Amino acid sequence: MENILKCTNLKVKFGGHEILQGLSFEVKRDDTLAVVGPNGAGKTVLFRCLLGLIPFEGNVEWAPDAKIGYVPQKLSVPGDIPLTVREFLRFKESDDKKITMVMSRVGFKAKAKHRHHDLRVLNTRLGKLSGGEMQRVLMAYALMDAPNVLLLDEPTAGVDIAGEKTFYALFEDLKANTDLTIIFISHDTEVVEKYADSVLKIIHEHHENTGEHHHEH
Amino acid sequence: MRTRENITMNTNLLYLLLVGGLVGAASGYLGSFMVLKRMSLVGDALSHVALPGIAIALTFGINPMLGALVALAIATFGIWYLAEHSEVYPEALVGVFFTASLSLGLLLTPEPELLEALFGDIDKITPFDGLMVLAGAVIIFIATTLISKKLLLGVVSEDLAKSQKIDVSKINLIYLLLVSLVVALGVKFLGTLLTGAMVIIPAVTAKNISRNIKSFHIFSILFGIVSSTIGILIAKYFGISSGPAVVLTAVVLFIASYFFRK
Repeated sequence: MENILKCTNLKVKFGGHEILQGLSFEVKRDDTLAVVGPNGAGKTVLFRCLLGLIPFEGNVEWAPDAKIGYVPQKLSVPGDIPLTVREFLRFKESDDKKITMVMSRVGFKAKAKHRHHDLRVLNTRLGKLSGGEMQRVLMAYALMDAPNVLLLDEPTAGVDIAGEKTFYALFEDLKANTDLTIIFISHDTEVVEKYADSVLKIIHEHHENTGEHHHEH
Repeated sequence: MRTRENITMNTNLLYLLLVGGLVGAASGYLGSFMVLKRMSLVGDALSHVALPGIAIALTFGINPMLGALVALAIATFGIWYLAEHSEVYPEALVGVFFTASLSLGLLLTPEPELLEALFGDIDKITPFDGLMVLAGAVIIFIATTLISKKLLLGVVSEDLAKSQKIDVSKINLIYLLLVSLVVALGVKFLGTLLTGAMVIIPAVTAKNISRNIKSFHIFSILFGIVSSTIGILIAKYFGISSGPAVVLTAVVLFIASYFFRK
């Protein structure tokens, strides 16, 4: 199948330290790629390169039609900031109907039995959400402009077990019912085994990084 | 029967209330972003940077508001550049600029004008100043509204903003320049020591009672206007300085807001 992303000889240096050293890999359309590796190996740095947030050497080549939705790791918004979920989502989409539709897609319904699934969350302050709710709101934000690639940076870090379960049910649903290419960082081997089609392992040894690309179909 | 003097005084008061209200509204609006950006002290410190500009303007017989604007613009570019290119926190940089400017300003300002420069004198506001305030407030409202979404997204997550191709650094610079502008507009009316307070106090008052961002901006603007209006009326009635009267009114509203906290 055709590639949606091709990275060649990716190198990143921070203050003399080489975080990524010559990482090369490809991602096929509709693939679900897990990026794994120990802390400090450069997984988040890799995402920052893919998003063009930091300077790097080498090549990141997205397909011309690639449209990226990004879910950052653990967004910490202070509870005293009076920004509601609706106002946050309006940064990307002004149509309230569309907002309701996408929120329902990520599991927030009108008059839901459980508070954590109720659409009334739209009027809650962003900083007052639980970890699981926040991740689904961020997912809704990422999905709002219909991307074809999702980048998820440790999407359930700091989320409780119930929140994690809900999140991965959504993940499974998106994987099964959409054409999204998903690239996600995870420390959870069980999650990687269950959801990833391919695994990119970044190894950090003696200040040297090697990219290993395992395919596990 | 109304005398000509009375009519002139009433027109003058109305004009001063209008100028004060515009400064209050613009400071309140910009302040609402500053409080969210956790940069409250930046507005306060920036207002002190205006002093050397005022001193130089007074020495050369130029409008002090213009002198303040030039000094503030230079300081803002300096702070922004260093914040982008060094590892020192902007707050620390602002602290350096603030103390240096205040020292320089105190040495340069001619003594008879020093008190006026520090605390403001509303009676010295000329029709030209009024026009500058009007033009400045219009610029502030339009520009801030245009960048507001980008600015707020940058507050929530800089990475998220950058991933949407938003130039966060440029937006921050525009924002800081707008803060400089509002400080310059307020110096004659509130003085360099107190202008920054009007950027902070109405906004923190509004934050106490707001349910969402929209109401937060509206309340910030309203508290800015109300503080200026009541403060000017008190200053006129008791014959005291306008700056402290306006700021103390804002402080009273802030304390009262605690009883209505959301």
